[in-house]
Amino acid sequence: MKNKERTCNPEPFMRISKRGVVMPLWKSLGIRAIALAAALIVCAIVIFAIVKLNPIKVYGAMFEGAFGTNKRMWVTIRDMMMLLCIAIGLAPAFRMRFWNIGAEGQILAGGIVSAACMIYLSKSMATIPMMILMLALSVVAGGIWGFIPGWFKAKWNTNETLFTLMMNYIAIQITAYFVALWENPVGSNSVGVINSKTKIGWFPEIFGQDYALNVILVLALAVGMFIYLRYSKHGYEVAVVGESENTARYAAINVPKVIMRTMFLSGALCGIAGFLAVSGASHTISTSTAGGRGFTAIIVAWLAKFNSFVMIPIAALLVFLDKGAIEIASRYNLSNHVSNMLTGIILFFILGSEFFINYQVRFRGGKQKEVQA
Amino acid sequence: MKKYLAIALTLVMVLTMVACASTPAAEPAAEPAAPAADAEPAPAEPAAEPAAEGQPRIGVILIHDENSGYDLAHIEGVKGAMATLGIADSEVVFKYNIPEDETCYDTAVDLAEQGCEIIFSVSYGHQSHMMAAAAEYPDVTFVACTGDTAALEPVDNVANMFPFTFQSRYVSGVVAGMKLKELMDAGTVKDPHVGYVGAYPYAEVVSGYTAFFLGIRSIVPEAYMDVQYTNSWYDPVAEGEAARALIGKGCVIIGQHADSTGAPSEVQAQMDAGKVAYSVGYNIDMLSVAPKAALTSSQNNWAALYTATLDKFLKGEAIPKDLALGYADDAVMISALGESCAAGTAEKVAEVIAGLKDGSLQVFDTANFTVKGEKVTSYLWQDTDGDFVGDSGEAIVDGIFQESVFRSAPYFGLRIDGITELN
Repeated sequence: MKNKERTCNPEPFMRISKRGVVMPLWKSLGIRAIALAAALIVCAIVIFAIVKLNPIKVYGAMFEGAFGTNKRMWVTIRDMMMLLCIAIGLAPAFRMRFWNIGAEGQILAGGIVSAACMIYLSKSMATIPMMILMLALSVVAGGIWGFIPGWFKAKWNTNETLFTLMMNYIAIQITAYFVALWENPVGSNSVGVINSKTKIGWFPEIFGQDYALNVILVLALAVGMFIYLRYSKHGYEVAVVGESENTARYAAINVPKVIMRTMFLSGALCGIAGFLAVSGASHTISTSTAGGRGFTAIIVAWLAKFNSFVMIPIAALLVFLDKGAIEIASRYNLSNHVSNMLTGIILFFILGSEFFINYQVRFRGGKQKEVQA
Repeated sequence: MKKYLAIALTLVMVLTMVACASTPAAEPAAEPAAPAADAEPAPAEPAAEPAAEGQPRIGVILIHDENSGYDLAHIEGVKGAMATLGIADSEVVFKYNIPEDETCYDTAVDLAEQGCEIIFSVSYGHQSHMMAAAAEYPDVTFVACTGDTAALEPVDNVANMFPFTFQSRYVSGVVAGMKLKELMDAGTVKDPHVGYVGAYPYAEVVSGYTAFFLGIRSIVPEAYMDVQYTNSWYDPVAEGEAARALIGKGCVIIGQHADSTGAPSEVQAQMDAGKVAYSVGYNIDMLSVAPKAALTSSQNNWAALYTATLDKFLKGEAIPKDLALGYADDAVMISALGESCAAGTAEKVAEVIAGLKDGSLQVFDTANFTVKGEKVTSYLWQDTDGDFVGDSGEAIVDGIFQESVFRSAPYFGLRIDGITELN
């Protein structure tokens, strides 16, 4: 029977092809919504099968974990802004098809100089000039950390993926060195809260909110990056270099210059994220200051197709999952691994939905009309 | 044909999914009672309400989860204290795997917002983040276990507590010393070389390994010890490697101040491979991972400290800024002696514990150790100006180094003769 079928039906059972026409927005959003719903259903099964809890209650707990109290909401917003800031920083590099996976290191570079300012200048500067100085120095530090692999790529065409990754490890070791230098008390291997009494170098409260300045700063950057990538000459050059270096050269674009400039910008924005993390959130520095967010932000930037404003809901979703996971782990006495599983399932479906947006699947004998969709 | 089969299968799968997902929702009876009770208290602003009557809500910030012996001891300590005082299980919130960074601050604030009236953190590095949260929530009490700055903080709602771990380490050192003496009397071991896997090079660890060493030396006066640091509280791989390195150098007893079973497991493996090596653990009974190699473990009975603190808290009394309890209050102990222990160990241990309880035996008697060949007569324990060097408070009174008396956290930072730090 099997053989017979194979001879009389030469067409493969399933066929995958790239969609010729860009899908309308409503349809791509629809696919994403379906993916999210499917992810929630699978998570519900996992929750029910493994830990025997009511999934609806668990989702409710996740929501409470992220937004349950005013304070929680602000912490969620703060972390979301941090992730968004990194994603904004990564956007120009990835737009240029420059695989900058070195955000972690660039964040740490910005974080180290911010912490250094807080520690060494705590007696000699007022808040406002110190904020400006920290911002400027973190831009420079992060920018240099991004510029180095950019320069090597431009001059010698080194592999930026490996290069930026290695720069992370260097930054982590440098951070470990400074943690040992600044540790408080000696031997504890942690810097502790810097200036906890005087709050010098901490983001000032705005409208009575500790984290309002984080929001203002990052949203300004988001708007700026949107305009830069979409409407500026630089942004256009970045896009052309990303699509084809030969085309760029033909159009008389100075490719090495664009690469170096864009990587400085990318690193500088990640450096600002480090400034946000140290001065605007944690008030300390450790090797976990970046905490893997430099990698998570890649997902945010890619899923949003480098559009600053689309990044906002994606960053919100990821931070929500994280906060929710912490809450259900503590409320239901689950280990963190269960909540990590849920986060993994949801990410798997969301990333998987991109496949269905970019490709179409046709089964044997299926009608051809889908092509037109 | 196959196509329909595939579609049918897919449909069945999808329907099963939906069915599974919706059944539990329709059956509220299936859900456990605890979470429902948890969801009840409106988190409007309970933090501001004083603990007038009823039961206090307790928050506990743990650095790892129950897989770490140290954290398990705290979890059991809190639960034990609650059972003793009749506090319902639903009143405690445990937060697991909270690193010693800003996450601790966020967690402490979150617990305060949830209405916890007293919040404990278990690890030293949590302290500065707890203190930052304490400044913002004056109505909530923050207790940083193993911390050392509460007495110096400008706010009143903070405290530290720490058991006399050095006492149980001394006793475990006696157990190790008895074994070492037996091995030397039998001629199996000629060189009384001891190893110690330590976490970080600061007073808490120094105090512990010195007590352990003094315990050994009370039995084998010529013993000497090497200390290898892992720079982590919990790293099974690094602890195992440190133990292997120490055994490679010729150590026959491996003590530890790190929270995993890495070192005892490695000692057992080396023993199975024919080496002469025994392990003295920390926090939990190591016999399950090292049935032959484990002699005993020094343990903290955190329940004694949690009970004392929560009892005062319930009664509305002030909580001491520094609480430190030892053998006299059953706050420290050693685990069951392993089968490899030398004959007569139990009797010797009972004698030593009795001495510690009635005060006739002092672990840090300056007559028993020297620093650079000299007897120590003065040591300033308190650092008030933040330069990490003691500038006030004499720790040595009547020839005894008064460990954990003036402050709960250990401050014995002397490097005594006979002990070498390898890294």
